Amino acid sequence: MYVAVKGGERAIDNAHAWLAEERRGDTSVPELTVAQIREQMALAVNRVMAEGSLYDPDLAALAIKQARGDLIEAIFLIRAYRTTLPRFGGSTAIDTENMSCDRRISATFKDAPGGQVLGPTFDYTHRLLDFKLAADGEATDVPVDTPNQDTTPHIMSFLDQEQLIQSEPAGDDTPPDLTRTPLELPATRALRLQSLTRGDEGFILGMAYSTQRGYARNHAFVAELRIGTVPVEMEIPELGFAIDVGEITVTECETVNQFQGSKTQPPQFTRGYGLVFGMTERKAISMALVDRALRWKELGEDNLGAPAQDEEFVLYHSDNIQATGFLEHIKLPHYVDFQSELELIRKLRCEAQANLTQEAAE
Amino acid sequence: MNMMSDLNAPRKAWLGLLAKSPAADVARLWAMLTIAPDHTVLRGPEIGSVMVRGRAGAVGAAFNLGEMTVTRASVKLSDGTIGHGYVQGRNQDHALQAAQIDALMQTDAADVVEATVLGPLRLAATNRKSDRAAKAAATKVDFFTMVRGED
Repeated sequence: MYVAVKGGERAIDNAHAWLAEERRGDTSVPELTVAQIREQMALAVNRVMAEGSLYDPDLAALAIKQARGDLIEAIFLIRAYRTTLPRFGGSTAIDTENMSCDRRISATFKDAPGGQVLGPTFDYTHRLLDFKLAADGEATDVPVDTPNQDTTPHIMSFLDQEQLIQSEPAGDDTPPDLTRTPLELPATRALRLQSLTRGDEGFILGMAYSTQRGYARNHAFVAELRIGTVPVEMEIPELGFAIDVGEITVTECETVNQFQGSKTQPPQFTRGYGLVFGMTERKAISMALVDRALRWKELGEDNLGAPAQDEEFVLYHSDNIQATGFLEHIKLPHYVDFQSELELIRKLRCEAQANLTQEAAE
Repeated sequence: MNMMSDLNAPRKAWLGLLAKSPAADVARLWAMLTIAPDHTVLRGPEIGSVMVRGRAGAVGAAFNLGEMTVTRASVKLSDGTIGHGYVQGRNQDHALQAAQIDALMQTDAADVVEATVLGPLRLAATNRKSDRAAKAAATKVDFFTMVRGED
């Protein structure tokens, strides 16, 4: 028998009213503005844009405010909003070679052309709490130097010139799109990259770390990590030519990994790639390692049975909105489901009890 | 084709500049322009998204990186000139102003619009870029090697 249950409307309304009050917190403390979150919680904003898969710092900041700082909830809000937008089209692929770099480092070549530019990094900080920030947040003057006018070349292009690194195959200009067609396996690299770049940072980090600890180890070096702005260009049909429709900050990581060779091919390094919205370098490095691990088949490597090599495992569990949706639904009413389980276990116990009594009697 | 792209190059440049400039800057400079053109709105303003693409390994096959918000509008001036605006973000006035500026740039008002709006926007964009580049340059590592041991 199925009994529909109604009710709880008043309780839900009151819960949401209280949520709004709790969100605001102590009213003697000034309220956060969306602009303050956008400017001062920029890395949280970047993560929400990357995993929400929508580049809009104002919206991401609003989502963080609404979600009381719960970033997965904020990402959920952005994903939901994203689905309401008509899509005007797809951009031409961004040209990261011509990035205006805030940061650009290489772990493989000390004297890389363009140099090692640290940018605004947490690296080399002492990770000690800075109590000055609790008192006031005034920034000191930032030193400047003569800007680099030249394009910063990709490190990989040097290895490529000597054919020391596996070349990247060209492909369609219109790649398959996860947001339009459900993921099917085996996935193309384009789909894997789209899935990884919007995947949960913690999950991708964990997967990447597992490869470093030995589960499908692929000896990654960070050939290059760069962060900066690139224009986004799109073909406009009514104009008949392409224009820049905006400018975004991205983080790009290229890894150079263990080489392979065969009787016919001299040894060559292989590569992994990470590209993520915003200043998100932990995610971009993780993405590059996992991308490389997932390429075992096309690179003719053995399947070692490692989780990071299993695209079904990685791609089906990396999306935190899918994951949290399924995980959190189990807290919602399952009264009827559970009632049937309860009746079943009572019946089974009854039968078992009867058998025991009968055995004892015999 | 080359001829074509050369002809379109100035328009491409001003449309891109308008798209990437902060909405507040465009609005402020637009207000300083004393021309308020008679126009009808042909389309929008409409908020939507553009799917941003990257390339595997920076040079290989394209993949979808994620979307960005874009707002567009099209206007027609009383003389029939059509202007289009595509701007980053969700500011509808920004898109309408960009479309009107695009239309005006195709008329005799081009010089005034260039001097009042586009010139200052271009300067601001260059300054923003060079400010960051100057700060980045100051964080460039100078290596020095310590000689250890003998020979």
